[in-house]
Amino acid sequence: MDMELTRLTALELGAALKKGEASPADAIAAAQERISACQDTNNAFITPASPSPAPIGDGPLAGVPMALKDNICTKGVQTSCASRILGGFIPPYNATIVERLSAAGSVSMGKLNMDEFAMGSTSETSFYGPTRNPWDLSRIPGGSSGGSAAAVAAGEVWYAIGSDTGGSIRQPAAYCGVTGMKPTYGTVSRYGLIAYASSLDQMGPIARSAADCAAVLDIMQGRDPRDGTSLEGHYGGLLPSLTGDVRGLKIGVPADCFGQGLDSEVRKAVLAVAHVLKSRGALVEEFSLPIMEYVVPAYYIIACAEASSNLSRFDGVKYGWRSPKYEDLSGLYARTRTEGFGSEVKRRILLGTFVLSTGYYDAYYKKALQAKAVITKAYDEAFQKYDVLLTPTTPTTAPKLGESLGDPLKMYLSDIYTVPVNLAGLPGISIPCGFDSQGLPIGAQLIGPPLGDGIILNAAHAFQQETEYHKKAPAEKGGVSL
Amino acid sequence: MTWETVIGLETHVELCTKTKIFCSCTTEFGGAPNTHCCPVCTGMPGTLPVLNKKVLEFAVKAGLALNGEITRHCKFDRKNYFYPDLPKAYQISQLYLPIARNGRVPIRLESGAEKVVHIHELHMEEDAGKLVHDPWLEETRCDYNRCGVPLIEIVTEPDFRTAEEVIAYLEKLRSILQYLGVSDCKMQEGSLRCDVNLSVRPAGSMELGTRTEMKNLSSFKAIARAIAYEAKRQIELMEEGKSVVQETRRWDENKDATFAMRSKENAQDYRYFPDPDVPPLEISEEYLEQLRREQPEMAEEKMARYQREYGLPPYDTQMLTSQKALAAFFETCLSLGSDPKQTANWIMGQVLGQLSAKGIEAKDMKLTPSTLVTLISMVKGGRLNRNTAVKVFEAVFDDDGDVEGYVKAHGLEQINDPEALTAAVEKVFAANTQSVADFKAGKEKAFGFLVGQVMREMKGKADPQAVNSAVRKKLNAER
Repeated sequence: MDMELTRLTALELGAALKKGEASPADAIAAAQERISACQDTNNAFITPASPSPAPIGDGPLAGVPMALKDNICTKGVQTSCASRILGGFIPPYNATIVERLSAAGSVSMGKLNMDEFAMGSTSETSFYGPTRNPWDLSRIPGGSSGGSAAAVAAGEVWYAIGSDTGGSIRQPAAYCGVTGMKPTYGTVSRYGLIAYASSLDQMGPIARSAADCAAVLDIMQGRDPRDGTSLEGHYGGLLPSLTGDVRGLKIGVPADCFGQGLDSEVRKAVLAVAHVLKSRGALVEEFSLPIMEYVVPAYYIIACAEASSNLSRFDGVKYGWRSPKYEDLSGLYARTRTEGFGSEVKRRILLGTFVLSTGYYDAYYKKALQAKAVITKAYDEAFQKYDVLLTPTTPTTAPKLGESLGDPLKMYLSDIYTVPVNLAGLPGISIPCGFDSQGLPIGAQLIGPPLGDGIILNAAHAFQQETEYHKKAPAEKGGVSL
Repeated sequence: MTWETVIGLETHVELCTKTKIFCSCTTEFGGAPNTHCCPVCTGMPGTLPVLNKKVLEFAVKAGLALNGEITRHCKFDRKNYFYPDLPKAYQISQLYLPIARNGRVPIRLESGAEKVVHIHELHMEEDAGKLVHDPWLEETRCDYNRCGVPLIEIVTEPDFRTAEEVIAYLEKLRSILQYLGVSDCKMQEGSLRCDVNLSVRPAGSMELGTRTEMKNLSSFKAIARAIAYEAKRQIELMEEGKSVVQETRRWDENKDATFAMRSKENAQDYRYFPDPDVPPLEISEEYLEQLRREQPEMAEEKMARYQREYGLPPYDTQMLTSQKALAAFFETCLSLGSDPKQTANWIMGQVLGQLSAKGIEAKDMKLTPSTLVTLISMVKGGRLNRNTAVKVFEAVFDDDGDVEGYVKAHGLEQINDPEALTAAVEKVFAANTQSVADFKAGKEKAFGFLVGQVMREMKGKADPQAVNSAVRKKLNAER
């Protein structure tokens, strides 16, 4: 029974629970069994939980076990951002989405590993040790929501919540062969998400199908009076609107995203997505999106600037780690932050502090905001012509552990396809679209206009009706056995 | 050489909204440490600020009342610095697009001269908490109750030349904000705090000298003294051929002097940038129009109206409108049918006297208009003489006591019995033959003495007018 349950999608498990084909206790037990089997090898969790089964309520995902990235505040449960500096921090409040998920009957299996403060693309910068890719344990799962993607890929939970500031949901989803979506900025409340870069951060689901993502987003999205950037709008209804009908859908393929630096196997697999959708009646056209040279610098300047301010509150005064070695106030700050933050976080705090400093603000931060405006405008123009854009999620498949951190510039550049989506506040989804010659998953990214979350979900759903990539499990490719 | 002092002010005013600027905690002053706070105002990880619309309303009202231009597309910025009383390590403030700019505040000086103080800007921000140092345990503790209390900071141009101008401006500012009902402006509770930027230059020079910024000024008196001290200090430095160092200085009330806190070299780089958590505000013309309509009658308008409608002298109207609650008290008295001039006299003499003796403000006094009106009408109706009435007033002031009851209980009602008065006059004249003789010899002073003696004989309860005329009549008869 357990073996079968863990192969189901979240919606399939939800339906089975409703029909009484499995009990909530069975689902929890199956998840716990998988977590015990995988944790030592992939280290997807920081804090696993032992939830007690509850009667199934309404909603398609009621009773379905899931897990949360460890930068999402959970009342009474340590929320560490995978950082030493938040060690022992137990929030006295829940993030809004935790309350929404809980009201929808979800069952949390715990808190997931990540790059420290969501800064990174590898999940190696965690104070709790790296997470490994279930498809190949010598490889990274991507990041920063690496624990979320790895746990779903390894069948430990049916879906997971991640956060995405520059690709942190979509990139690990691509590396781990699962479906991950960053919704339109402002549609999911950020209240309770420990901020990395407030103007770019957005939480979203990682799951086994676009339909699962739609079901999770129907729960997560909604106006929240506790978040000033939360948008008014009509929420819900994404799942019922998934028809898989893409006839007449205009898909733009930006040639600028298929040039230099893109692995040829990835290129081929992503372009094949266009063919599949075309075969179902979509119209595909190549066009030029001449912004790609600005996106990485603009992103890192804005994200680091905001991060340098957002992370200032971790000073050892109020909660979390405090260095025992200090003489005076500035010593308390310096020692605590030196010992409490890892080197990638420090690098970004320093970078952000620099670009906001008097004399440099105009040259860097202000320029980056101008670039952001140019990027947003370029997308606006693209969406005058197209309903959906298709790009790779990442230039390559998952690298080996230790390959990326030594060359941060190269690592930053690998975010090129995902970061502009955050800068423009757009919805983006990564879907499995094939495997490279080493058997590693490849992800394709579909990007929609603002509030076009339903459009890209439907296109992704259409693709998944035609293909089986999203149903593949690592065991078949020599990864963690299921 | 003669020197000119140049002063600019940065005034922080706590807005009297019920809740804080970015959360729903109370703004009430005091409270046990850390009882007026929540995860939002203590900047707990993951929490987000949501602007209290009332703060915007109060700030716009203040901006309009100071004749400022309201910034229609307005933003909040983060001011980043580390200090334990600032739990987010940044203050949400406004640098780039403050809510109002280019205001003008006309002030009037003792000499009657008028002057316009230019307001550079008015911006909204959140207050920080406070640190409590325990010298016994050698510990410092944080109290975050004040974190997130809404403030407006009003920055003037360097328009002031004297302490008198500064105080006149602050009094005017306080009056405007109190009339608007946006702040109670209590310096002792820190709801009005003022930093003074001061420099000196040779008279006639157009260039500004190097300025210092003075902090910790907790009363108008402290401000005036600090200005005098700092101007003298800077002039002495200049005359000695030394230069003024740009720095922040702390006023020490006990030592009556300013002391250097930190110099420009150690000034912090606050790394201001737009706060991504608080969306920009778009202020509509309709909203502004509505707030303009809601603007109450200000002190100056009331002064003009009191002069026009009640024929009161300018001095009286200035006193009556010096506090919003006092003007309201006055107007209520009139609505109860009291005579304007008599009411004004009572308020200026007795009410203000008691307020200042007790050190309270008009809005906090218990005395009600109807009590004062009763008292005034008893005097007018001849039931109390004025001196006794003043004693009754003092007796009932603190807890708005019952005038009639007090007068009865103490037997203070005026004696209007002509026979008793005649008897008293006879008695006094018989006992003071020398004074009567003195008066007849031309010593006018003796008249007053005789009147006083008769009043004393009547136990102070006679009508002074009647006593006067009875004594005069008796003297004339004897002449």
